[in-house]
Amino acid sequence: MKIVKIIAIVLLVAFVGIQFIPTTRNQSDTVPSTDFMLVNNVPETIQKKLQVSCYDCHSNNTQYPWYNKIQPVAWFLEDHIKEGKAELNFNEWDSLSSRRKASKLRSIIKQIENGEMPLDSYTFIHKDAKFSEAETEELISFITQLKDSL
Amino acid sequence: MKTIKQKLIIPIIAIALVSVTACKDGSKNEPAAPMSNEMHKENPNHDNSDGHHDGQNMEMAMNGDGNGQAVLNDYFNLKNALVGDDNGKAKELGATLATSLGDFDASQYTDTQQSELKDIVEDAVEHAEHISESDIAHQREHFKILSKDVTDMVAITGTENTLYQQFCPMYDGGSAWLSMSKDVKNPYYGSQMLNCGKVQKEIN
Repeated sequence: MKIVKIIAIVLLVAFVGIQFIPTTRNQSDTVPSTDFMLVNNVPETIQKKLQVSCYDCHSNNTQYPWYNKIQPVAWFLEDHIKEGKAELNFNEWDSLSSRRKASKLRSIIKQIENGEMPLDSYTFIHKDAKFSEAETEELISFITQLKDSL
Repeated sequence: MKTIKQKLIIPIIAIALVSVTACKDGSKNEPAAPMSNEMHKENPNHDNSDGHHDGQNMEMAMNGDGNGQAVLNDYFNLKNALVGDDNGKAKELGATLATSLGDFDASQYTDTQQSELKDIVEDAVEHAEHISESDIAHQREHFKILSKDVTDMVAITGTENTLYQQFCPMYDGGSAWLSMSKDVKNPYYGSQMLNCGKVQKEIN
């Protein structure tokens, strides 16, 4: 019993300890003028969907739920956001050339079609981030149109 | 009293266990020094990436001098790996191509050409990098856009050898690629439909 107690205390201290390791928060008050929504004429339903399903990892501003402030969840998330923004940052959309925009739009279409995005680990918690069949269709036709107009 | 303690301890252990296993380090032994654990965690990552770069540098040395021809050679090697349905080799060659694209020197071209080349290279590097870490279906998706990039690049840089732009009407609504040989060997389908496609254009 004594050993169990000691282990428990050590682990508890460790758990509390890792809470003090700083993480970078992905948060910003301003939306730059290069934002996808600002430079494209995006229908309101699609704007909402992109905000809820994509912008947490693909923009400079994440809406953090409370448990994402707790380690080690925060680390896991920090990594995902870093990777997500490197692939595609909607806030910086207009700084891309037409060639790169076309490339990104093509990837968006493929990944949504194949159900690779949003990530399962994300929709598991954010149920409203999932795409219904109708939503998928609407988004893909919009993105395709945007790609063809480049 | 004892039972209450026990009841409390179990969830605490559970929470702590989750946190410790998830961060994969030895914080159990050094709870007082979390920062150093963090550093331990990062070091092997740095080592890995350095090793990776070394490997790439070796390939680069074999490819020569950072000109358009080196990019083309790596592109054709990658194309052949896809023709051969070789996912592993295509991964390697995707990384090689990303390196030779990165080494590409555009300084001899005009300003307009330079800015277009920079744009092409940036896009192509991204696709080559994705090819270096994807399954074969994804590799082929990226290869399609990569082929467009390389074709646009050749339109500016020219080529030492005659190239053939080939076209398969079946893959993804019609997809083109470049080849050194007139014979059609399809990189989008490999053995599944090796000879599907036709020569669309000769590039000199």
